[in-house]
Amino acid sequence: MITAVAQEGVQLGVVLLCHARLDVAAHMARIWVNGGARVAIHIDAKASAKSVDTMKQALSDLPDILYSPRMSCDWGRFSLVHATQDATQLLLDTFPDLTHVYLASGSCLPLRPVSDLCAYLALDPEKDYIESVSANDVGWAVGGLNEERFTLYYPLDWRRQRWMFDRFVAWQRSFKIKRQLPKGVSPYLGSQWWCLTTRTLRAILEDPRRDEFDRYFRLSWIPDESYFQTLARRHAVRIESQSLTLAKFDHDGRPYQLYDDHALMLEESRCFVARKVWEGATRLLDHFPAKRDGYPDLGHPQPQRFERMINRTVRRRLLGRPGLYMQSRYPRKDAENGKTSAPYVLFQGFSDIFPDFDNWLSGIVDADVHGHLLGPEQVEFAGRCEIGPGAISANPQIRDGDPQGFLTALIRIAPKMQVFQFSPRDNQSLNWFIATDPNAHLHVVTGAWMLPLLESDMPFDDIRRVTAILQRAEIAQLEVLNSVWVKARVQVHELTDFLARPQSILLQAVQQMPSPPTVLDSLPHMRNLDGLSQLLRRLRNSGLRPRLSGDGLPIPDSLMSERTAAE
Amino acid sequence: MKLAKLPISDRLRRRIERQYLIARAFNRRNALKPVVNRTEQIRTGDVLAFVTMRNERVRLPYFLDYYRNLGVKHFLFVNNNSQDGSGNYLAEQRDVSLWWTNASYKRARFGMDWINRLLMKYGDGHWCLTVDPDEFLIYPHCDTRPLSALTGWLESSGRMSFPSMLLDMYPRGNIEDEIYEEGADPFRIAKWFDPANYSIHKNWYYGNLWIQGGPRTRNFFKSDPTAGPALNKTPLVKWSWRYAYVSSTHMLLPKSLNEVYDENGGEQASGCLLHAKFLSTFVEKSAEELDRRQHYANSKEYKAYHSRLTSGTDLWCSESREFQDWRQLEDLGLISRGNWA
Repeated sequence: MITAVAQEGVQLGVVLLCHARLDVAAHMARIWVNGGARVAIHIDAKASAKSVDTMKQALSDLPDILYSPRMSCDWGRFSLVHATQDATQLLLDTFPDLTHVYLASGSCLPLRPVSDLCAYLALDPEKDYIESVSANDVGWAVGGLNEERFTLYYPLDWRRQRWMFDRFVAWQRSFKIKRQLPKGVSPYLGSQWWCLTTRTLRAILEDPRRDEFDRYFRLSWIPDESYFQTLARRHAVRIESQSLTLAKFDHDGRPYQLYDDHALMLEESRCFVARKVWEGATRLLDHFPAKRDGYPDLGHPQPQRFERMINRTVRRRLLGRPGLYMQSRYPRKDAENGKTSAPYVLFQGFSDIFPDFDNWLSGIVDADVHGHLLGPEQVEFAGRCEIGPGAISANPQIRDGDPQGFLTALIRIAPKMQVFQFSPRDNQSLNWFIATDPNAHLHVVTGAWMLPLLESDMPFDDIRRVTAILQRAEIAQLEVLNSVWVKARVQVHELTDFLARPQSILLQAVQQMPSPPTVLDSLPHMRNLDGLSQLLRRLRNSGLRPRLSGDGLPIPDSLMSERTAAE
Repeated sequence: MKLAKLPISDRLRRRIERQYLIARAFNRRNALKPVVNRTEQIRTGDVLAFVTMRNERVRLPYFLDYYRNLGVKHFLFVNNNSQDGSGNYLAEQRDVSLWWTNASYKRARFGMDWINRLLMKYGDGHWCLTVDPDEFLIYPHCDTRPLSALTGWLESSGRMSFPSMLLDMYPRGNIEDEIYEEGADPFRIAKWFDPANYSIHKNWYYGNLWIQGGPRTRNFFKSDPTAGPALNKTPLVKWSWRYAYVSSTHMLLPKSLNEVYDENGGEQASGCLLHAKFLSTFVEKSAEELDRRQHYANSKEYKAYHSRLTSGTDLWCSESREFQDWRQLEDLGLISRGNWA
């Protein structure tokens, strides 16, 4: 049923560019014609003769459809513009009463009735709807070339001759080649789908300098996004720099496809036309254009929500979720966009000074306080359970297979902040990872690992050997923490400094955690430090230089015991 | 093959290996006896499924329906001498082509030579899904978009393979407690999984990620976690006769098909194969497989299972998550939609 509606003087013509899936294109053509538009179809010469026949057969009951001469269209080349020019010319010649021409593709789906579109155009019949952004203001085009589209020569096909294309661009750059634009023309870019008034179109097509412009654009890059966009600026009365077609591109410049589950969002977007519809999206094809009875809806398109959804997806594709390591996101070192997903705190040496430190801490802050997560005997989850958050095993062998995966998965899966103890006895392989992670917060008391040795009944030779190993490990770790690459917040105290004012240092550390107390009522039970200075002296006399417990001076035992007693 | 010892570049070595695998597959052409060959039904652009199986009769109805719903147009089965009527059942299905063999599963590189052979002959130019009868593909938007939407999008983005990690599913309580009935959805019983205990290593030679973990490593491989089963899989590939699966569907050659992950911090699209292995049928099966000694690494996996399973095994733990849909898996970071909006 054809109802040649002239909505308050608007007579719409549509140019359909079709290359593949001609069955879908035929469906679209029928929508346009039934809505009262005049349609000219250009079919890519590469489409098979059989599919073209089927399409023409399917549309044989619509005699007013025009078919412009077929030519082979290549993406990014002038042939697309040429095909558009021919089809437009044909349309204008055959139907001189047209007022607007809409450029659409065979996979562009009208979302609102054509009468809506006509009524919308009639609001301001002089206006041209074409996205047209100055090429000098960088930022419209996705991926690479912006101004260079206009200043270099592009005789090669990007899809088929990619290597030569890239070489040729590089060669021109190295020779600083700069094409001159035709006089009086400044370059504009924009979506290739537009709706122009026939007045503007005629002015473009009948411009006395058209040959000159065509010659220029023939060798520019992706002219279908710049030819009409640039020339419309020469001739148009009023330009609304927004395309009426909802067409989003991904980071590679490929159009997003629309599926059945987008129906609601498309309806809400109130755009007139959307591309590009997946050919199997039968529900979309059946549902749109939305039926409307009575008066046409004059609402403006509101594609913001849809665009936000697309932008979110692009962000996920390009930046990913911080701290996630999985089968399809495995960032190289230092390309992680966030090594971990949330802040976490590491206490080193505290559990040596206060044996019950983690229990005490978990009582006063709102966080998961673990023991030595990277400890050699067991992964000491809070409560010492066999299975930690996310079903992570407490088996240290499983953890040591991929310690980084272990830590990042734990931080990502646990809802609360993760706090754990660390010491030179633990697995040291994450030192660089943690030190370069802005989410990490380290509180280190150096040399505290020596305190448990005071209570051990090992022979002195073994103590000396263990001390040497642990001291070496901690010195290596401190080298990391003192490097210029550190991104973590690091607070290092020497053991003697810490023992001089444990309360204030602890309070300071605790106050940076969730729901901290304002004052510390009690300190956790402190290990008995008797004999530390003797041990240090003995170690020194045996030829080992204890470097990390303080400035090398023995701590007077009397002072130590006094302080412990005071607390 | 002792290619590792020859002084040649990795690239050449991989090429030789691939050609060796193709030759091996071609060499097995006579081991497969066609039972029903309906491959003339295959049309251009159809998504095909390739399956090797043995004694899986009870699983087959649900398996076939599941993938028919996703839009698989034709199934190519290798029946490795089943004794439970699987062969007859499959031969009656209108969209199944069936081959039979009684050759050694182990000596056919755990069935991959047969599959490579069928892929070479019938898969060329198609998107091919290579799965076991207990693996069920979940991908972003799988509730609203068929497989052909996914493959079409992958192809338009220039990607020829789609990663899908194996996600072991298990019931709450002892595995043998609830009996699996034919035709039922196995994930009504085995609906729990481990959310975040997977470890990843990169294999530089083949370019794939080596993923381990989950309930099997947690329970059966405590003492030797590196021997735990690999979970990374690339089951969906736009096949060309020049390709070959190297080790199960864990990795392929050429190497570029394994490079399905982003190394610059972004996320590529990926899915999951829900693994319905741990059902009531499993105990019997593991005993049988252990007798046959036809599985990978001298059936180490089955030995480990069996010693645990005979005593009654509960894989469930307090941190297990109950499966809901693909969005849940995406939120957990097990799969990703990449830029497939």
